[in-house]
Amino acid sequence: MTVLTSTVDPTASECVANREAMLGKLAEVDAEHAEAVAGGGEKYVARHHDRGKLLARERIELLLDPDSPFLELSPLAAWGSDYTVGGSLVTGVGIVEGVECVVIASDPTVRGGSTNPWTAQKTYRAADIAAQNRLPVINLVESGGADLPTQKEIFIPGGRIFRDLTRSSASRVPTIALVFGNSTAGGAYLPGMSDYVVMVKERAKVFLGGPPLVTMATGEESDDESLGGAEMHSRTSGLADYLAVDEQDAIRIGRSIVRRLNWRKQGPGPVTPYAEPRYDAEDLLGIVPTDLRTPFDPREVIARVVDGSDFDEFKPLYGPSLVTGWATLHGYPVGVLANAQGVLFSEESQKAAQFIQLANQVDTPLVFLHNTTGYMVGRDYEQGGIIKHGAMMINAVSNSRVPHLSVLMGASYGAGHYGMCGRAYDPRFLFAWPSAKSAVMGPQQLAGVLSIVARQSAAAAGREFDEAGDAAMREAVENQIEAESLPMFLSGRLYDDGIIDPRDTRTVLGMCLSVVHNGPISGAGGFGVFRM
Amino acid sequence: MIRKLLVANRGEIARRVFRSCRDAGIGTVAVFSDADADAVHSREADAAVRLPGSTPSETYLRPDLLLDAAAAAGADAVHPGYGFLSEDADFARGVEAAGLTWVGPPPSVIAAMGSKIEAKRLMADAGVPVLPELDPDAVTATDMPVLVKASAGGGGRGMRVVRALAELPGEVEAARAEAASAFGDPAVFCEPYLERGRHIEVQVLADAHGTVWAVGERECSIQRRHQKVVEETPSPLVDAPMREALFDAARAAARAIGYVGAGTVEFLAAEGGLDGSTLQAGLTADGSTLQAGLTRFFFLEANTRLQVEHPVTECVTGLDLVALQLRVAEGAPLVSGDASYSSRNHSQGHAIEARLYAEDPAHDWRPQSGMLHRFAVPGVDAEFAVPPAYGVRLDSGVEDGSVVGVQYDAMLAKIIAWAPTRQEAARRLATVLAGARIHGLVTNRDLLVRVLRHPAFLVGDTDTAFLDRHGPAALADPLAGKEIESLSALAAALADAAANRAAARAGGGLPSGWRNVASQPQVKRYGEMEVRYRIDRDGLHAEDHPDVTLVESAPQRVVLDVAGVRHRFEVAAYPGLVCVDSPLGPVSLEPVPRLPDPSAQLPAGSLLAPMPGTVVRVAVSPGDAVTEGQPLLWLEAMKMEHRIAAPSDGVVAELPVAPGQQVDVGAVLAVVDAGTA
Repeated sequence: MTVLTSTVDPTASECVANREAMLGKLAEVDAEHAEAVAGGGEKYVARHHDRGKLLARERIELLLDPDSPFLELSPLAAWGSDYTVGGSLVTGVGIVEGVECVVIASDPTVRGGSTNPWTAQKTYRAADIAAQNRLPVINLVESGGADLPTQKEIFIPGGRIFRDLTRSSASRVPTIALVFGNSTAGGAYLPGMSDYVVMVKERAKVFLGGPPLVTMATGEESDDESLGGAEMHSRTSGLADYLAVDEQDAIRIGRSIVRRLNWRKQGPGPVTPYAEPRYDAEDLLGIVPTDLRTPFDPREVIARVVDGSDFDEFKPLYGPSLVTGWATLHGYPVGVLANAQGVLFSEESQKAAQFIQLANQVDTPLVFLHNTTGYMVGRDYEQGGIIKHGAMMINAVSNSRVPHLSVLMGASYGAGHYGMCGRAYDPRFLFAWPSAKSAVMGPQQLAGVLSIVARQSAAAAGREFDEAGDAAMREAVENQIEAESLPMFLSGRLYDDGIIDPRDTRTVLGMCLSVVHNGPISGAGGFGVFRM
Repeated sequence: MIRKLLVANRGEIARRVFRSCRDAGIGTVAVFSDADADAVHSREADAAVRLPGSTPSETYLRPDLLLDAAAAAGADAVHPGYGFLSEDADFARGVEAAGLTWVGPPPSVIAAMGSKIEAKRLMADAGVPVLPELDPDAVTATDMPVLVKASAGGGGRGMRVVRALAELPGEVEAARAEAASAFGDPAVFCEPYLERGRHIEVQVLADAHGTVWAVGERECSIQRRHQKVVEETPSPLVDAPMREALFDAARAAARAIGYVGAGTVEFLAAEGGLDGSTLQAGLTADGSTLQAGLTRFFFLEANTRLQVEHPVTECVTGLDLVALQLRVAEGAPLVSGDASYSSRNHSQGHAIEARLYAEDPAHDWRPQSGMLHRFAVPGVDAEFAVPPAYGVRLDSGVEDGSVVGVQYDAMLAKIIAWAPTRQEAARRLATVLAGARIHGLVTNRDLLVRVLRHPAFLVGDTDTAFLDRHGPAALADPLAGKEIESLSALAAALADAAANRAAARAGGGLPSGWRNVASQPQVKRYGEMEVRYRIDRDGLHAEDHPDVTLVESAPQRVVLDVAGVRHRFEVAAYPGLVCVDSPLGPVSLEPVPRLPDPSAQLPAGSLLAPMPGTVVRVAVSPGDAVTEGQPLLWLEAMKMEHRIAAPSDGVVAELPVAPGQQVDVGAVLAVVDAGTA
């Protein structure tokens, strides 16, 4: 047991400035979250309510256990696109009758809840989380189907939505659809592929083709109810297993279904009781410098995230730019990898590769706390084998089979993003602090590289180099890369699962750890060939 | 010497007698009806004998079964308690005939006092002041108002106040019918009714050797429907000369009838003289009026048993009246040195008793039945006994989990405060009552507290019309007003949140109601109230309580800071009920399910039993067309028939009850489908 000692002075001017900057960014994130929560806006929300219907989040709140936590996923999907922030869908991990479930609710106030490319991406991500963590899926359905003008981006890849549902079922993880309204055409396969289907009387409408299409196809005259009403599906087609008298009733039935799943988590439970950190999470706002070129000690973060601020550091004297060590978080054992000085050298890479293997050896989940500018470049380092050492780390992280959780605290640049289990390396969850930035390299470096290349090209061609043009180019590129490396942009593209308040890090990781333990926790039996 | 005593009674009085028996080394035998199989009195005795059935007439009113029980259990004495057969001379004779010791006065005395008409005559002959008896047929307008009484009545039953002469014949007839059915004796008589009379009684103790003590007086003027609710000693009305006169009259009364044991002589006192001309005339003619200052008093009746309110006398005198009853029954003389108990000098302080009833004063005193989930009175110093020093005494027939039925008296417990002065006793009793944890049943607790805190009560202005004059509705107003109720609902919601977190199978260690994207508060409903709150890193945000912060919350305890003042709430949740107790006032809440099961909801047009009772008659059948207001069936509860009428025109869709069926409050009696009219 090694209790970390903190040297953070929250009253120091630097901390205060950092805190102010972080609070400013959080306010921006909050404003975007509010945008997502507002859905289709006042008018459509009012219209929806006037129809006696509940909003997506109202349905979710009723579905969840009272006073239980809910981790909304990808809330800023579609940020920076032409579509409404949130992607006309609410997804998240919540607790229903004591069972952690993935909840997917279409937001009918946004273009009738229709599926646009971002809606699809967000659905895929939720399905991945359900599959990787062995979580039952509850779909709260009321969607106008595909956004037809963008069908080219949805139709072909979107087939996986239904595939995922039945694969979940096949892997003995139940799926439930509560149908509150439209679920037609392709959308009909949401209930169609689910294990349990509840339909709301006089509201659910589930058919492959509506009356006009049927008329066009066969000349048959029909109506909504006979083609796809809840009563019909409950009494005649058998597609609905339960007929709900209203939305609340559908949710009540949905909860009772989950209660009867006899759900048992396959991973070990947390060790209780556990101690809260000794240091105030509030300090986390002041730890990350406003300029990411200034490093910070990740132990100050670890001391505010892990149980009892108790952290047994592994190999503390070797490769000190990467902190590795063991702790528990909400009672779950974890191995932590956290960047300390930004740069990953050969020593850090080898240390990480070893540490990851150790965690796999004893089935311990890993937490990656990112603040890296990447692997070191330069003659000495290349000659020292930085590529093969970095590759060892990436090999280890790629083939590790224990659950990984990634948090982007600050920089996450270059191959360092890969080695620290970036998005492409399938961490079970990946969240960003508002202070995070992620790109192939820093904006200035990138613009500078472009400038140098252009200057060399001009020199080679004997052209006169346009300094003014170069300066303008550098500024434009810098601005663009800066904008595209910010968390809101990345979150909008679903490169993370959400931007979190640093003070919530322990809660978010605690919830994720509980979630990952729905499946078995089992380390890798082997890795790729380590290049020595 | 008595070795083993059977108490032919139930509830708190059985427990009270057992306590004295234990102190005396006397074995105890309880009897219990089927409804009382789990009652605390039946478990407390050394032995207990079942009386099959549940109604009093099947059980506690069956002399044969009681004597069999005594024989079976080897009891050699019987204590009747109060009520039931306590004033039944035949039972007393039966006990003696069986060779057992009867703890009570001789059967002949019981018989003599059993007829109120006879008793008044005896007393008048002995020089005890009595109210003139009016011949119902000779009453004139100037005699009004009058009180019609059943000669064999008791406990307020069979009494009617008549203020208009025209109504008298009808009321007399009704009283006769009621008396005949209730007591088997149709005899009734009239007395002048004193609008602001005060009920003063004297506790007497007499042994078989000629010693008669007047132990002290009690005032029991706070009554509802002639049923005592608050009793105290000494009486704020009685001064030394009047006390002496009262005691003399009581002793004279006891001697006149050869009383033995503990008994009570009840008087009606009227402050500042009387103004009914008949009354004056009657008194003058009678010539036996005693006067004490300006206050006159008149013999009402003698109760040949232990009174419900005996603990107040025990507190101020230090006597154990049950122990003395037992000694007298064993033939022992009252110790002469104790004779001074007839003097005020030897009583200490002031004692007030409040009777806690499971009844709803706000709704016509409807008796309540059901599970008493919790019954605890913090601050009690002694149970069934005088506290060692000034303090609080509890005589209770119930405990946590007791089921209160409709068959018996709805009194749950008596709480007695004994203090140096009347004001202190009233304050202490009110506070203890307000802090009592009484969960699951509506009681008269709030009314008792309001009475004890009422300015008129505190100055001793306590006549028998007190409740009517000050308004039962106002007095029954909940101690916790709307604001406290709302705050208590918030506390209940937060306790529920803590309970939810503690019981969570997953994520229990995470912050309550945590959201990374907050969209709406947690919502909990209690009755008509909706609690909307959110807890985040800044603490509690309660929509209707912006000045409230959460200090701590646990499933059964919540501390809230309200504008800088901390308040503690004790929260107890039961199925369909949440009780929040705090020094601000007790609050009962009905949690409304978030997601109600539609199949559990009542169809429109359902008629529910307004109180527990028995269906006596059914006038319709399913399928009958009915019109609005048409009587469908009658429910008997507390000796009154309640008519259940159609709420609208329609058809009787369901009729799930039949005559003779016992129903609980809230039971569906009938469903009238208005749509098919």
